[in-house]
Amino acid sequence: MIPAAFDYARPTTVEEACAALADAGEDAKVLAGGQSLMPLLRLRLAYPDALIDLDRVEALREIRDEGDALFIGAMATHHQVMRDPLVREHAPLIAKATATVADPAVRHRGTFGGALAHADPAGDLPAVALALDAEFAAVSAERGERRMPAAEFFVDWMTSALEPDEILVGVRVPKLGAGWGVHYEKFHRTAQAWAIVGVACAVRRGQDGVEEARVALTNMGPTPVRATEVERSLQGRAASEDAFKEAAQRAAEGTSPPGDLHGSSEYRAHLARVLTARALTAAAAG
Amino acid sequence: MTRVRVEVDGVTYEDDVEPRLLLVHYLRDRLGKVGTPIGCDTTNCGACTVLLDGVSVKSCSVLAVQADGRQVTTVEGLGIDGTLHPLQRAFHEEHALQCGFCTPGMIMAALDLLRENAAPSDEEIREGLEGNLCRCTGYQNIVRAVRRAAREMRTPAQEREVTS
Repeated sequence: MIPAAFDYARPTTVEEACAALADAGEDAKVLAGGQSLMPLLRLRLAYPDALIDLDRVEALREIRDEGDALFIGAMATHHQVMRDPLVREHAPLIAKATATVADPAVRHRGTFGGALAHADPAGDLPAVALALDAEFAAVSAERGERRMPAAEFFVDWMTSALEPDEILVGVRVPKLGAGWGVHYEKFHRTAQAWAIVGVACAVRRGQDGVEEARVALTNMGPTPVRATEVERSLQGRAASEDAFKEAAQRAAEGTSPPGDLHGSSEYRAHLARVLTARALTAAAAG
Repeated sequence: MTRVRVEVDGVTYEDDVEPRLLLVHYLRDRLGKVGTPIGCDTTNCGACTVLLDGVSVKSCSVLAVQADGRQVTTVEGLGIDGTLHPLQRAFHEEHALQCGFCTPGMIMAALDLLRENAAPSDEEIREGLEGNLCRCTGYQNIVRAVRRAAREMRTPAQEREVTS
């Protein structure tokens, strides 16, 4: 279908974009890479009055080193992120998970910030950002910049904490130092399909076993969720496959997975346990 | 209406377009470039893949206004003076199409893959084309064709004649 008509603004700076968004009112949408929003417009599931297109705001494509963290600009494309030397060195979980997102053509347009602001619990990157304790930077014309942790950014099903006049400008991702292994395990039926369940994990091994484990789940509720019981039960345990399997039994605790065409909520709970064991084992080996 | 200036297959066009006009509709309905088909409404099938400033995009998920000031290459821009591009020739020779609907997108996606990786393995070809669906399920011959084209594009024509 052809999208419903909308007003269109193509700012070149963050200031212009914020001003355009504020002027456009509550029924405006921010267009990042358009790989989720354009299909919604075409299917007329979304029909905003105005689109603020960030495609030409070059400053938002930057990925920079901030010492103990990386700052990934919201408009960095998936293609750019998965090849970026800083991301590969300091946030390899993001590089690995991004390589599983959609397909090459979609990754050329789709953006890191757009995928996060879309807040789809079946998307891969929200769980990754949650596992890495990422911090989200949003800017509005009226109130300037504010930052919020990933756990506060994802509010509900496809709902972020962004106010209608706010633009996500980037995400601060603390660097993982030495000793960390990471893995993103995704289960889907066909190439480029959404994850039925996904598991993002990072494990820090020391001489006495697991020093810290972070596990976040894709599509196990209306928002990405941390498997806190798994993380807690692994602390100080030997980094063995048996220990990972045992801890993974608690992966679905505290979650509320959806049931749909692709699987019941019970099946998703089962998948979460199996995939968490696999992800932990792969991360600890990496 | 917004004024756009787009170079498509080496020719520059200037047009007034509605912001909601999709790039694929601009190519087909305004410029008559019907070599790029529309397959789905969900960014899944990849039939409408073109190159935008040299990289593959699904033209059903890009607005025409977003191509303003940029270069678009469609399957119609590949052959030179009636000579098929090595990918077009390989698809023909390896029977990599049945109905042919996915072929323009497959070829453009393959071109993008070979730009980044001149000698892909079969596995890498499959991954590179994962955003393109063939409803005749002719994937075996498509992979074979891309492999053949990659070989030809790596080897100058003269050298091929000597060794074959």
